[in-house]
Amino acid sequence: MSVLETKGPRTLVEKIWNDHVVAEDPGAPTILAVDLHLVHEVTSPQAFTGLRQRGLSVRHPERTVATADHSVPTTPRGLPFLDPMAAAQVQQLDTNCREFGIPLHGIGDPSQGIVHVIGPQLGLTQPGMTIVCGDSHTSTHGAFGALAFGIGTSEVEMVLATQTLLQRKPKTYEVRVDGTLAPGVGAKDIILALIARIGIAGGTGHVFEYRGEAIRALTMEQRMTICNMSIEGGARAGLIAPDETTFAYLKGRPHAPTGAAWDEAVARWRTLPTDDGAFYDKSIVIDASALEPMVTYGTNPGMGIPISGRVPDPAAATDPAHGRALEKALAYMDLTPGQAILGQSVDVVFIGSCTNGRISDLRLAAAALRGQHVAATVRMMIVPGSDEVKREAEAEGLDEIFRAAGAEWREAGCSMCIAMNGDQLKPGQYAVSTSNRNFEGRQGKGGRTFLASPLTAAASAIAGVVADPRLLPGIEATSGIGGR
Amino acid sequence: MAEPFRGFTSKVVPLHAENVDTDQVVPARYLKITDKAGLADVLFRDWRFNEDGTLKDPPFVLDQPGMAGRHFLLVGDNFGTGSSREHAPWALEAWGIRAVISTGFADIFRGNALKNSVVPVVVDPATHARLFTMIEGNPDAELTFDLAEQGILLPDGTTIDFEIDPFSKLMLMRGTDEMGYLLGKLPAIDAWEAGHPGRVDTRPEAGRRK
Repeated sequence: MSVLETKGPRTLVEKIWNDHVVAEDPGAPTILAVDLHLVHEVTSPQAFTGLRQRGLSVRHPERTVATADHSVPTTPRGLPFLDPMAAAQVQQLDTNCREFGIPLHGIGDPSQGIVHVIGPQLGLTQPGMTIVCGDSHTSTHGAFGALAFGIGTSEVEMVLATQTLLQRKPKTYEVRVDGTLAPGVGAKDIILALIARIGIAGGTGHVFEYRGEAIRALTMEQRMTICNMSIEGGARAGLIAPDETTFAYLKGRPHAPTGAAWDEAVARWRTLPTDDGAFYDKSIVIDASALEPMVTYGTNPGMGIPISGRVPDPAAATDPAHGRALEKALAYMDLTPGQAILGQSVDVVFIGSCTNGRISDLRLAAAALRGQHVAATVRMMIVPGSDEVKREAEAEGLDEIFRAAGAEWREAGCSMCIAMNGDQLKPGQYAVSTSNRNFEGRQGKGGRTFLASPLTAAASAIAGVVADPRLLPGIEATSGIGGR
Repeated sequence: MAEPFRGFTSKVVPLHAENVDTDQVVPARYLKITDKAGLADVLFRDWRFNEDGTLKDPPFVLDQPGMAGRHFLLVGDNFGTGSSREHAPWALEAWGIRAVISTGFADIFRGNALKNSVVPVVVDPATHARLFTMIEGNPDAELTFDLAEQGILLPDGTTIDFEIDPFSKLMLMRGTDEMGYLLGKLPAIDAWEAGHPGRVDTRPEAGRRK
């Protein structure tokens, strides 16, 4: 029992923070211990170079794990990399992990996949931990009640060398989601609605804690979708207190505790939720029952509207800078102020990413696509978040449904979410994408992205235009498709 | 290890854009490098160049006459949003930017910039507007950045004060980095770890197969 626990009610974030304070010099940031460090090929090579230049080793390779995900092709694994730079980068990761003794789930390893999909899948992501990675979507792991956030490459090097980071304590932002979601509305719609309300800088300097009955009702995979996009609301991290859903997900996973250690861990995890009466620096309440499926129309994730809505008019903006930004976004997107988003033509549909590339996302897509066909004008790519997700989907026959519907079923990786690996839009193309960013050129230079849920993406693939998933046949039944 | 950062006098690159994300600062397809070479050339690549590699017409602000060598970037709110890629401040620094002035910065970018001798300077909206107006009236106005005094001296003799985390300021002024500081704290880290066993073991042999 820490002395700090006697100082009145505390939030989940404060409890985890206090448990990891190594030292604090006056005037200096806190030295914060890191429990788990995830590494991938894109943001780590310069950090390993730094270690070599300073003659340092990795302090805790057994608290570090690596995978190749960002620049790997999603074409059949037997085929060679077409991009020599990507091949060299993945090779460098292999060399670095071997030299420094870091476990690597690289290409061909059955646990390879997007770093934020494999951490939870392996049971490495656990409540109460501090987790970092050179990737802003590290916030995903917050779904387990872990303080998880993205870092830069300089920090990757520091964590490799010292298993600590220098951090200032973040402020807290309570996001309470009440009510019950309607059929066809899901976790992705909750987070897109939040970001549309508070804006992409709304959470700057803060960490979100998602609570309320609508959050409690979500599966772990749905919670991961929400926490994943915390960074799109400006918060480096977003957490959900662990509960029975969390424990049920973790039990039996390869790196989860077993036996007496499991019981002890669960007892410890039960002390993590925010105490009644704890203080948050900011709060917001969202009514889940009032939400529609959400879709973005612009060039940042805050530019989102309910799917039955209309594209806003820059002339109506109260702040001239916002008006100019909106005008620029609509010019890039080639959309007209006031137009309906429903019925907007679509060239590509992408289902995948660390936001929506898990088995439950694929089950939702399959439920929509079963017995249907992707519109003749649409290319649909379905990319599992990990090799394990791929095997699981294939064992359930989802790949057959996707192929029969005319969609491409590919190997695991980040793929067209970041478009580093050759999976990309052509200039001017429109995509409905289940990923997390609709920035200019994010999915390929000149490409235009509408962010949406897997159900909205699948409905749009069938229709060939942005379509309302609530009109899909049997939509009520999809509410039961949660997975874990 | 960087050079000690004191200050500089320079003209300003004005960029009228808010919510500039790090995908614009360095597009993802340039993240396949394993070093830091060539990043100045890809800074704001897709805002500067056409598909065929020619400059946009009219040129993007960085490529307008007289802009090369300027150290101030004046830009709209919430600069550096999105991806954690440190390639963004690496590219800004490589091009020559040493201070970015805005009304706000995304958290990860702010931290990354400070580790690479690029100082994020937050000013209030009125000062921000005044600076843009001043640069419009006199595009070659020279400003003096003084880290020790935490001020930017304008041509009219007035000074804009700014806040900076005292620890980051010290690191910049000494030209040292956080790694050196942390390595000096290894005894404290050893002591802490002695009382806090690791929470998880990532080695495959420690993982029970299902």
